[in-house]
Amino acid sequence: MSSDIVDRITAHVPSHGGSNKKLTGVAQFWLVFRYISLFIILAMIILPIYVLVINSFKGPTVYLPDALNLPKHWTLSTWPAAWAALGVPMMRTLFFVVQSSIISAIIGSINGYVLAKWRFRGSKMVFTLFLFGMFIPYQAIMIPLVQFNRAVGLTGSIYVLVLAHVVYGIPICTLIFRNYYAAIPDEIIEAGRVDGASMVRIYRSIMLPLSIPGFVVVLIWQFTSAWNDFLFAIFLTGGSPSLAVATTALNFITGGMQINYGVNMTASFMASIPTLLVYMFLGRYFLRGLLSGSLKG
Amino acid sequence: MSKGKSKAHGGITSRWGGFFFVLPSIIAVAIFVYGMIAWTLNISLSNKNSSAVHNPKFVGIANFTGLIHDERFTHAFGNLIKFTVVFIAGTLISGFIMALLLEKGIKGEGVFRSVYLYPMAISFIAMGTVWNWLMNSTHGEGAAGINLILAKLHLSFLQSDWYVSPKSSMYAMALPAIWQMSGYVLALFLAGFRGIPDDLREAARVDGASEAKIYRYVLFPQLSPTFLTVLIILGHISMKVFDLIIGISGKTYITDVLAVYMWQVTFDFTNYAKGAAIAMVILLMVAIVVIPYLRYVNKSEEYN
Repeated sequence: MSSDIVDRITAHVPSHGGSNKKLTGVAQFWLVFRYISLFIILAMIILPIYVLVINSFKGPTVYLPDALNLPKHWTLSTWPAAWAALGVPMMRTLFFVVQSSIISAIIGSINGYVLAKWRFRGSKMVFTLFLFGMFIPYQAIMIPLVQFNRAVGLTGSIYVLVLAHVVYGIPICTLIFRNYYAAIPDEIIEAGRVDGASMVRIYRSIMLPLSIPGFVVVLIWQFTSAWNDFLFAIFLTGGSPSLAVATTALNFITGGMQINYGVNMTASFMASIPTLLVYMFLGRYFLRGLLSGSLKG
Repeated sequence: MSKGKSKAHGGITSRWGGFFFVLPSIIAVAIFVYGMIAWTLNISLSNKNSSAVHNPKFVGIANFTGLIHDERFTHAFGNLIKFTVVFIAGTLISGFIMALLLEKGIKGEGVFRSVYLYPMAISFIAMGTVWNWLMNSTHGEGAAGINLILAKLHLSFLQSDWYVSPKSSMYAMALPAIWQMSGYVLALFLAGFRGIPDDLREAARVDGASEAKIYRYVLFPQLSPTFLTVLIILGHISMKVFDLIIGISGKTYITDVLAVYMWQVTFDFTNYAKGAAIAMVILLMVAIVVIPYLRYVNKSEEYN
């Protein structure tokens, strides 16, 4: 039995449905019951996403009672308006998110390596203190952080968000890498030491090449959470349009008084496309990042 | 012998070398997490209640006692409690049912699992408009969203005002939150179920226990650590709920919670001392939930 939480979830469990065994009447009943329940839940989960997607192709006027129906005429007519409002903020988001994710991954990898393989006195305490930082409500640091940014002259620059996501990403990135490196056998380190390799050398030539999946997990995690972040964005940019990112720009569009249903929905869909694609193609890595927040399986 | 020597040498470098590489992060966390929490506490104990106050004075816990008499605060607090109860219960139950349906393995499991987890990838700022439509409060003719679906299913009596009515507002707000987090709870319980050795099940079966009894007496007790984890995770997420409320209903009184009120007090009213006090209340509630959990995780790691 694998101890890795994601392996455990995605482990192939022999299914009753596919076997050639003749099922008894009761077993057959339960199988049908399970499928019906699973499909009902599936429909409930998909419904909001379905509404998001189809109403982005109906043009500017959407009559609410028709919101659940497929478009009569598929059209992209709302897309230019949505892009005009969201294009620049989305590009800005991409610009800072890529930087903050890469820096976070490098820092997390170094911390994780040391905390998993080169423990020092008090390293466990340090790790626990890091972990608490993962759970804090960011409201509890927001006012001083705004003051800090002003004091060091970062206010008005997109780097306020790079700083925030890197610093407050330290706990989760360290945790993901620590767990990842802990699974690599100590014998590899020992062998390196015997050959006289230093801590840095072992990291560069042995651990780093083994770390690609860890990097993918952390990069995806940091990308998704920074892309979807609204709290830091609204506090640290002060809602300034010249620093608008995807979520703040979208909130400005949909939260406005003028109700332009079609454009609102298109903009919402547009802003979600990057994270939807990440999940679609790299879902397994995303799941690993997600579950690391639970600390224990 | 040379091996022993290099080991001892490695031990010494590791002690200092390792620390040196983590030091920048230790300093960053010390300043940006703990230092800034201390600074927020300091502001919350001062009279910096507008941007015009340049030399704030220490006023003790006046801002906190002020909160108790602030109707908006108690209202937001009550809302948060209502939301939390429904959100945790709903997510726990629906995630657990999903896990029960999937844990034995079923054809197409991967598809169900991926779709159930999909909501976690989308921000609530983006899903806000959708839920705003789905929870449209119109009844009867012209009903839309969920009310329309209920009418079509001949369940019109279940139609709701959703978050527009003060009676149901926070329970309605829990619905999208349950929608988003159920898949996560499913994943945790699925991992829990699959971490139970098959022998346990087999042994019970050989002893002639019925399937229902196996679940009740063999499997469920094994899941109590998972159950605790789920409670903690949902609890701390609930205390901080912010995007969801902003995305769906904005800064309206009827769905006010602590995080939203804190934002308004700090941003719109520039009452930093009061905003800091609300932030400390949220932090305290999260700490009550999370600190015992961190201690538990820390302890159980020692046995590994």
